[in-house]
Amino acid sequence: MVATVTSLGRSGLHDWIIQRLSAVIMLAYTLYLTYFVISTGDVTAAAWQALFATTFMKVFSLLALGSIVMHAWIGLWIVSTDYMPKLAIRMAFQAFVIIMCLALMIWGIQILWSI
Amino acid sequence: MKFSIYRYNPETDKKPYMQEFDLEVPEGSDMMLLDAMLLLKDQDATLSFRRSCREGVCGSDGMSINGKNGLACITPLSSLKTPIVVRPLPGLPVVRDLVVDMTQFYKQYEKIKPYLITNDEPPAKERLQSPEERAKLDGLYECILCACCSTSCPSFWWNPDKFVGPSGLLQAYRFLIDSRDTETDERLADLDDAYSVFRCRGIMNCVDVCPKGLNPTQAIGHIRSMLLKRGV
Repeated sequence: MVATVTSLGRSGLHDWIIQRLSAVIMLAYTLYLTYFVISTGDVTAAAWQALFATTFMKVFSLLALGSIVMHAWIGLWIVSTDYMPKLAIRMAFQAFVIIMCLALMIWGIQILWSI
Repeated sequence: MKFSIYRYNPETDKKPYMQEFDLEVPEGSDMMLLDAMLLLKDQDATLSFRRSCREGVCGSDGMSINGKNGLACITPLSSLKTPIVVRPLPGLPVVRDLVVDMTQFYKQYEKIKPYLITNDEPPAKERLQSPEERAKLDGLYECILCACCSTSCPSFWWNPDKFVGPSGLLQAYRFLIDSRDTETDERLADLDDAYSVFRCRGIMNCVDVCPKGLNPTQAIGHIRSMLLKRGV
């Protein structure tokens, strides 16, 4: 058993499941947005506004944002533990990634709240 | 036939270097790489490598042959492009020439407790298995610990102290599905961290190089399923 404290989940299985589930959500969101852009034809600011004004889209967007943030945290944490052997660099990088993930999440909530 | 062989003696050499060899192989004949290397050792007695059984059973002569890990004793010269480039197994410290320090590899093997653990009363004679239960060990017990798979795995190169590696995980699964072993849950608990099993990215280098034709990636998949069943 290898102990880790900066990974998102405390177990490998936990991270593994989140990584796969978040990928599915991101795929669904991407497909949905692509469908919207293609089917709308002329994507005006008003059409964009109307799309994001619905509760469904707000929830779906937040879910997708949460998925990106968790996916990035897990993925970049793994990259750092593979390719950054120097402790100081690894820690600085992980701190940066984690803070950015949290900041992006808060920023995203604020944007969606304002629509 | 031309050979290019990795040489390094830490006591005298500042840096490793490649030494060129030339060997007369009679027209129409074939031999294993190990036999050729023994002939090269006659040319230069300082050339060092491990070997023992010379028939692919002991797993001593694992090395990188033309960029792919394998056992020299069961690799025919006719299957190789010349010049034949021979290097030590990648990712492990070199002791001398083609001899590597396997400590890290054995430590991972030790970590998975490669022996049967049973809590119940020992039976009067022996612990029996049905033919079906025994069949589950096929494709697992044959591992000879040559380290060809683990040293071809980038995840093992980067984290040899934390990632168990394909060889160790194949053995871990061999004991996880053994009907006589009662420590399944404890074994799984020991593997459920971010490194031990989950550092496997499924690139299947291990399957590609295994001289015994075993499939560690599949075993790792089975362990993951067992962890999933236990944790969901």
